[in-house]
Amino acid sequence: MRSPVIAQPPEEVSGSKRLAYRYRRHLGERFIETLLFLMAFASVAITIAIVAMLVKESFIFFEHVSLWDFLTDTQWTPLFDDAHYGILPLVSGTVVSSAVALLVAIPLGTITAIYLSEFAPFGVREAAKPFLELLGGVPTVVYGYFALLFVTPLLQKILPELPGFSLLSAGLVMGIMIIPYVSSMAEDAMRAVPMNLREGSYAMGATRFQTAIRVVMPAAFSGIAAAYILGISRAVGETMVVAVAAGMQPNLTWNPMEPAATITAYIVQVSLGDLPHGSIGYQTIFAAGLTLLLLTLTFNIIGHFLRKRYREVY
Amino acid sequence: MREDKGLSEIRNIIARHKLWDLIFMIIGVLALMIAVLTFMALFSHMLIEGLPRLSWDFFTSFPSRRPGSAGILSAWVGTTLVMLVTAVAAVPMGIGAGIYLEEYAPKNLITEIIEINVTNLAGVPSIIYGLLALGLFVHQLGFGQSILSAGLALALLILPVVIVATREAIRAIPVVIREGAYALGATKWQTVSDHLLPYSAAGILTGVIIGLARAIGETAPIITIGALTFIAFLPPSPVQPEFPFLSFEWLMAPFTVMPIQMFNWISRPEEAFQVNAAAAGLVLVVMTLTMNALAIYLRYRMRKNIKW
Repeated sequence: MRSPVIAQPPEEVSGSKRLAYRYRRHLGERFIETLLFLMAFASVAITIAIVAMLVKESFIFFEHVSLWDFLTDTQWTPLFDDAHYGILPLVSGTVVSSAVALLVAIPLGTITAIYLSEFAPFGVREAAKPFLELLGGVPTVVYGYFALLFVTPLLQKILPELPGFSLLSAGLVMGIMIIPYVSSMAEDAMRAVPMNLREGSYAMGATRFQTAIRVVMPAAFSGIAAAYILGISRAVGETMVVAVAAGMQPNLTWNPMEPAATITAYIVQVSLGDLPHGSIGYQTIFAAGLTLLLLTLTFNIIGHFLRKRYREVY
Repeated sequence: MREDKGLSEIRNIIARHKLWDLIFMIIGVLALMIAVLTFMALFSHMLIEGLPRLSWDFFTSFPSRRPGSAGILSAWVGTTLVMLVTAVAAVPMGIGAGIYLEEYAPKNLITEIIEINVTNLAGVPSIIYGLLALGLFVHQLGFGQSILSAGLALALLILPVVIVATREAIRAIPVVIREGAYALGATKWQTVSDHLLPYSAAGILTGVIIGLARAIGETAPIITIGALTFIAFLPPSPVQPEFPFLSFEWLMAPFTVMPIQMFNWISRPEEAFQVNAAAAGLVLVVMTLTMNALAIYLRYRMRKNIKW
């Protein structure tokens, strides 16, 4: 938007011309500012659209199915003749696969973060950080393939009774997939802790390990908690790994050795079929989506408050 | 005598604590190794399974019922076109929003809402964007299960990535640059377009590349839109021999993309199709890793070169 007029005002400027020129210039600036504001506001519009769309379709769904049935029925068979609409089996699949993933991602992510931030020599850190970032860039469907055709056969050698689809192998791979998210955010938080806190600790005779655990980690608590929350919401919303490796049969179970569907896997399963727009089956995926959004939103809000509550000011 | 005993006790304590340091070092390296080894296993498994299947024919054939003659032609063409739509939609929007939030936004409630919202959007599961696209683009706006719907869905998904990258790149430019421009009589937009945007271009580009790399691998939102998995034709060409030479019919065409093609092959029971899946996955991984590596390299160069 370079305008040569502005750089070189006309030589003989009468008062009115000058005013008109300034007015044009002002108008152009206002126009651009409004345009940029609209672009920024688009993100809010997207959120409103997401919520409106999910709520609208779920509203029609809940005219057919009572909220009580939705929350307490133990079967989820919307596509059968004997249709049941209990979200519990999908929630249990989501909870179990996420729990397995977090049992892997949180300890390993935390240890990796502490190691990289407090222990690793400069060279190791410079090499490991981009590598972890690459690990986070691998498409999730590829991780799904890896879980189904590499990890599951491997696990079956140790646990012969493990079925071909299981929450365990999906969760394990999902956990490894989430490590980079957790570790990079936790590491950033720990590195933001000012050096003089560490120096104070060393001066008192503490070792590196003691300093890391008792000084740096508590000081970076809010950031580390936010990293965990991000990991949880990743695990809950992850789709392709579970859709490929955990099977797509809704199954009310708390046993990771069984196959089961998660909320996300159910949405994929329905989308693969050809459900007509406006049918009850079509609306179920929006109701499932709304449940998922509420779950992740809860975690995001908890994360937000944790950050606020424990924010250390240096 | 007594002092010696105390001294040796202290030495013992110190040794014990140093041992803990060492133990943790080893645990840390092991934890890092688990991530590294998993990645190695993943990559080498795909390489072993998929590489023999990669040939020129694999890139120039349509999917087929016979695994031996199936290829990824419609998939990579679809991915390219969808990415084109995504980039055209997300890049200007994201950069514009980033500029607004960094340079224009007054400190008020609306700005705060936008900021919190961008953070929250980044945490929304990708499949939710697919549901939005299904309801809004496919049905309400009538775009159908087309390249346009898919491209827009992915654009919404990567919008926060572009916004955050733009903001960080612009924020890194020192205030003196802006003050210099204003002192010479530049308007706000002249300052932005002549100074801030060129200086932050590399940083923004890094964010755009990372966003697009993520979009290439995204499967869930595109499945939700209802992309077909068996496409044995190409969308109409954007360049036509007759006037007006450009056609936008391809925007409305049905399509498939690489990750969907791969997913389709994984879910077949025949082992031969799973070899195809490995080959397609290998292509996909190489594509996304190259893009990510490019972004990492760009950022590294930037950090080395720029000294304000």
